[in-house]
Amino acid sequence: MAQAHESHTGRIWKVFIILSIITIVEVLFGIFKPKSLYFNNFMGMTLLNWLFIILTIVKAYYITWAFMHMEGENKWLRRSVVWTVVFLILYLCFIILIEGAYVFDIYKTGHIKWNF
Amino acid sequence: MGATVISNEHALDGGPGPLGATYGKLMMWFFILSDALTFSGFLASYGFSRFKYIETWPIADEVFNHFPFAHGVNAPMYYVALMTFILIFSSVTMVLAVDAGHHMKKNKVAVYMALTIVGGFIFLGSQAWEWKNFIKGEYGAVETKGGSILQFVKKGADGEYERVALADFALTLPEDREQLNRNNGFWFMSEATIPSHSINEVVQGFKADESILVRTEIITAEKEKTVLSREESLKRLAETKYVVEGANLVRNEYGSKLFANFFFFITGFHGFHVFTGVMINIIIFFNILLGTYEKRKSYEMVEKVGLYWHFVDLVWVFVFTFFYLV
Repeated sequence: MAQAHESHTGRIWKVFIILSIITIVEVLFGIFKPKSLYFNNFMGMTLLNWLFIILTIVKAYYITWAFMHMEGENKWLRRSVVWTVVFLILYLCFIILIEGAYVFDIYKTGHIKWNF
Repeated sequence: MGATVISNEHALDGGPGPLGATYGKLMMWFFILSDALTFSGFLASYGFSRFKYIETWPIADEVFNHFPFAHGVNAPMYYVALMTFILIFSSVTMVLAVDAGHHMKKNKVAVYMALTIVGGFIFLGSQAWEWKNFIKGEYGAVETKGGSILQFVKKGADGEYERVALADFALTLPEDREQLNRNNGFWFMSEATIPSHSINEVVQGFKADESILVRTEIITAEKEKTVLSREESLKRLAETKYVVEGANLVRNEYGSKLFANFFFFITGFHGFHVFTGVMINIIIFFNILLGTYEKRKSYEMVEKVGLYWHFVDLVWVFVFTFFYLV
């Protein structure tokens, strides 16, 4: 409410261009799949996937901060929304993805044949 | 005794609430927060299944490779990239509408809002087309008794294996069976649509054409699906049970059964959000035309639906990454 009512159109178009460029870069990487990124792993995932995830988070940052105007909100409104989401999702991914990899191992080394 | 004085000054405009925002905006933020966690639950369980079936999961580029008016062209990613642009652009028009609202420019807000609605409809149409391709399928496959999917390939002119559709090699044998419908045969009984070829027709067709090989779900070190030799192919084909064409919630021709289920649930849930977003946008659009916010001297409602609309865009960014890129 307290924000000044000057026009933000310049910034909006700038953010649009940034988001477009990131999307184009993602698609190019997705089509060409450079071997050095595609066949090297870091923490159970290819470097290419890490790159995609980082670029996605950058995009999410711009959408939330510029389009949803989070940058203009009260500091604690921002934190109560962003921190809640970020920490819960990190925890969820940590616990669920490790479980998924564990189940894979069990199926792979176990005696019961599945999906044959 | 000091009486508590309750002011009704802000009874209808919702503000000022805590944290320097109006109650309406605050609640929209916390709704978005909970909705974001719902989507994270979906995407995390997708990740779980991905890791669980890490060696057999379908390769997205081979599934989503259609582009309108480009039949038979292998065009992975372009179509979803286009959909992403449509949604990002409708986000831009939305934020421009919010910006015009701050300056109380009624006509500008209306125009940008209309553009946002058009963008939403185009996105929904694109998604419908994507679903149609996914459900219809392109090549067809067979399923073994153990639940794994076998697809068919042939060595192309460039030495690479290319997919072969069932219709290209399956024989037509005199064994057609009538589809059981509710209006013939037993009363009120029906069955799932019979595939266009029977298992026997596919296997006999395979035996007749020496150039065709079976491709399994297993992903090799080169990150491609395994192609079996002719003898192994015949051995695997001996234990097949179903002909699978396209996709439904039970089985799909792309591979892992969960793959289609997650596709339908995640993109469907997102599409449902886009649909509700468009509907809310339309209501707000008419309110703008009627001058409701002009009378209220505040276009905050536009800002609040804007938050929802951007959130839908935000979710798509993640769906795009985890379904089509990763």
